[in-house]
Amino acid sequence: MIVGEQTKIITLTIDGQQVEAKEGATVLEAAREAGIYIPTLCYHPSLTPYGACRLCIVEIESMRGFPTACTTPATEGMVIKTNTPQLQELRRNIFELILAEHPKQCLTCAKNLRCELQEVAARIGVEEISLPPIHKDLPVHQDNPFFERDYNLCILCGRCVRVCQEVRGIGAIAFTYRGSQALVGTAFDKSLQDSECQFCGACVDICPTGAIMERSSKWLGLPERSVRTTCPYCGVGCQLNLEVSGGRILQVSPVWENSVNEGQLCVKGRFGITEFVHHPHRLTTPLIRKKGELVEGTWEEALNIVAEKLTPYKGEHFAFMASAKCTNEENYLAQKFTRKVMQTNNIDHCARLCHSPTVAGLATSFGSGAMTNSINEIGGAACIFVIGSNTSSGHPVIALQIKRAARNGAKLIIANPLEIDLCRYADIWLRHMPGSDVALLMGMMKVILDENLADLRFVTECCDNFDAFRESVEDFDLDFVGKTTGVPREDIARAARLYATHKPAVILYAMGITQHSHGTDNVLATANLAMLTGNIGKPSTGVNPLRGQNNVQGACDMGALPNVYTGYQRVDNPDIQKKFEVDWRCSLSPKPGLTLTEMLDAAHNKHLAAMYIMGENPVLSDPDINHTREALSRLEFLVVQDMFLTETAQLADVVLPAASFAEKDGTFTNTERRVQRVRKAIEPLGESKPDWWIICQIAKKLGAQGFDFEHPSEVMEEIARLTPSYGGINYKRLEECGLQWPCPTEDHPGTPILHVGKFVRGLGRFTPLQYTPPAELPDGEYPLILTTGRSLYHYHTGTMTRKVAGLNILEPEGTVDISPADAASLKIDDGERVKVTSRRGEVIAKAKVTEKSPPGVVFMTFHFAESAANILTSPELDPIAKIPELKVCAVRIDKIK
Amino acid sequence: MSDKVSAIIEKYNADRGQLVSILQDIQDEYYYLPKEALIKISETMSIPLSQVYNVATFFKAFSLKPRGKHFINVCLGTACHVRGAVRVLEKIERSLGIRRGETTEDRRFTLETVNCMGACALGPVIRIDGEYYGQMGTEKVEPLLDSFE
Repeated sequence: MIVGEQTKIITLTIDGQQVEAKEGATVLEAAREAGIYIPTLCYHPSLTPYGACRLCIVEIESMRGFPTACTTPATEGMVIKTNTPQLQELRRNIFELILAEHPKQCLTCAKNLRCELQEVAARIGVEEISLPPIHKDLPVHQDNPFFERDYNLCILCGRCVRVCQEVRGIGAIAFTYRGSQALVGTAFDKSLQDSECQFCGACVDICPTGAIMERSSKWLGLPERSVRTTCPYCGVGCQLNLEVSGGRILQVSPVWENSVNEGQLCVKGRFGITEFVHHPHRLTTPLIRKKGELVEGTWEEALNIVAEKLTPYKGEHFAFMASAKCTNEENYLAQKFTRKVMQTNNIDHCARLCHSPTVAGLATSFGSGAMTNSINEIGGAACIFVIGSNTSSGHPVIALQIKRAARNGAKLIIANPLEIDLCRYADIWLRHMPGSDVALLMGMMKVILDENLADLRFVTECCDNFDAFRESVEDFDLDFVGKTTGVPREDIARAARLYATHKPAVILYAMGITQHSHGTDNVLATANLAMLTGNIGKPSTGVNPLRGQNNVQGACDMGALPNVYTGYQRVDNPDIQKKFEVDWRCSLSPKPGLTLTEMLDAAHNKHLAAMYIMGENPVLSDPDINHTREALSRLEFLVVQDMFLTETAQLADVVLPAASFAEKDGTFTNTERRVQRVRKAIEPLGESKPDWWIICQIAKKLGAQGFDFEHPSEVMEEIARLTPSYGGINYKRLEECGLQWPCPTEDHPGTPILHVGKFVRGLGRFTPLQYTPPAELPDGEYPLILTTGRSLYHYHTGTMTRKVAGLNILEPEGTVDISPADAASLKIDDGERVKVTSRRGEVIAKAKVTEKSPPGVVFMTFHFAESAANILTSPELDPIAKIPELKVCAVRIDKIK
Repeated sequence: MSDKVSAIIEKYNADRGQLVSILQDIQDEYYYLPKEALIKISETMSIPLSQVYNVATFFKAFSLKPRGKHFINVCLGTACHVRGAVRVLEKIERSLGIRRGETTEDRRFTLETVNCMGACALGPVIRIDGEYYGQMGTEKVEPLLDSFE
């Protein structure tokens, strides 16, 4: 959707009624808009019109025959009849043909009362089926953990086939054979698990009959109610419904009408929620360490111990690890608790490990460290440059926009050392060496400058420091860049030309850019590139960091960072300090606190004595696990608040059971700065409590004022009062739809695009850059580069996804992906267990021999505790953002004897 | 195999609109559509394998099962039928040791039937590799089959 685009309105007559429609709408859309029913089965608003089921036939004056309403464009002055006796008779005949092959035992069908055939039958009044019934007698496919396919019920409307191809860009299923033998199926009738299927469930959600249904909820009947909320997995912030009966979530369904996910989910959101929420391993009572063992205790006892043990450590000896999985309100309270009650700015969270360079880098270049544009603009770009993001694994629903744009002719440039799924759709794939991003991007900018493709007018009018930047570009001639990155010179030049000449062009990046010892430089390079070509402040342009966690944007916005309060208001700014001191009625420290990585070092050195960790699992997620575990065990007191007894919680003195996202109200802020509601669907399990409630109780036990909240909406009122960018946000407004910050006042509509007309910081700032190699490069002893990332089927440390049986079936264990060349020289076979060793430790994992890894580079995900990649990774830090270099370290692979 | 398939795809500039022609050429080469060839098409032309399979199973002219070097089609249309086409068909079945729809073990012959070739004046008629053989009788079957390698 392009802002400011005007659509013409046309007038037509449907069933004698004057109807207005947008130009370009079909007759069916015009009728539906006017509330006129036309039966359909193959039509779906998210798919291109197909005209297969023939039920939507209408009569149109001056047109012959009976055109299908779904495929006929509405035009000015058209006169249409939708409901003549002849049409109804024809529809009944068509429908009878469908019903002849469809079993009619509706009462014992799992789709009863939700089946679209039932609605059509009722509307067109089928009296009898005069054709002989045909029983296909096909076996039900139960070839995957999540859904069943019973093609006896299939009416061949093709909605599943089309959603898989058109919307998801996968095409795991198609029509096979023809005529009376026609069936929906996979190539060579393989099982779905052996096909390209990614188990997103889009076919389940779009099937009008009971042919494709979720297995776990199939026979549980209709849900009592449906609660709209926000997905707790990645930063896309998909809107979904929790369908609930009694105190249980039966299943998850997508919300169709919203601009974030438009009815699409991924396998984790669609099938990976119910099971972890109701998992038997959920913590349901507080646990207190007594004689070295964690034993069950009461809330009263646990809260008293926490308050008592924290009291002596007020000040510099305490640190809080907040959570990008918790709500905005909870993170706000966490930082208020840390700053006001514990009197320190030692608060940070896992954004340190993912996008701290983004916050630092983009704030330097543009004045705001967030995604500049919105998700639904990506599809409108003429060129998409994806660097350091395996989007279809990490942010699957955003990848749909990229695939759609590529299909519509947009140029797609992928820069990634690994062969990712999106490479299939790309015009150019730049396979650069891990850690050579600055060289690659600066090389592209040199081409753009040398070939006069830069938008110099934008550069002069809107940016500063260009001359210094231009000088630094001169060091990046293509010989040097080609040698450093390993990418052919011509490809670099071609990519540069594509990006500079196809406008609007959008840059998307993720952790492949940030998790380096020069992560901030990488971010600055992407910002330079966008400014150089004027691709900023306009629709479908910009620099768009894809945030990892569901609420990592929000946790940063809420000031769960050591140097800022909410809305990035600096703790060392005396005016800001004063504002918070007055509102919170306390004195506050102007000294920035420790970052997450520094906290662990401080704990190791015993400078920290007590820590409060909420909803994070640093033992698995942070680099150099052995160091992290040792650091946490040296603390005098550790309180962990989580849904599960994670690897981190096992080290705690007190473990407080937290409620899941489904059991509380609140808000998450997604990657495009959109604040969206989280709604309570069920009561907290056992004695677990929402994180906001727990923090308030502990604060009150410590004698603090200002923590008397009855509901998170009251916390949001306080946030809005203290945070200019959230000033206009309240629960009443969020009821309707999400709001994108900055949203300073209650009548402000929110901001889909940042830096329109003018950068937040005034002028965009170019930064001169030099190339710095990764801190740890391969050598004789450790000859391979290890890079880490995510899989589609698991999430982070697996606390949630590894509790889901079906996801464990689809991806049971971590692998180390190695190129055929390296595997051959090490004499390693596919599937063999190998030992991976770095300077910090060793893990055993299954080798996967694949051309997706280039020679010299191996890849592991970090989801699996039993083959934890972060035992190996390098704790080398970016000097500005303090992010560790999780993407590059040197390893050795050995056969196990 | 991969080189031959690549060459065929190349001949049509990997144009997705030419999928049917590509499949026809592959079938001419191998007398059927080998699975590996369909996978190669899917990978090189970025078409989902399921869609290639969709086209390959839609047209009766394509076979996913190995076919013999020589393709025999026996007409069972009305005119041929009344002149003894069934006896000719059964003679071929006995001579080759296969039923209609099958391929000989040595992959020399595949036997299919068709409902009318539109060559009724020649009936009973059979077609081998595109050549028509009219006024067939059971005694003519074996000499004819022997003339094919």
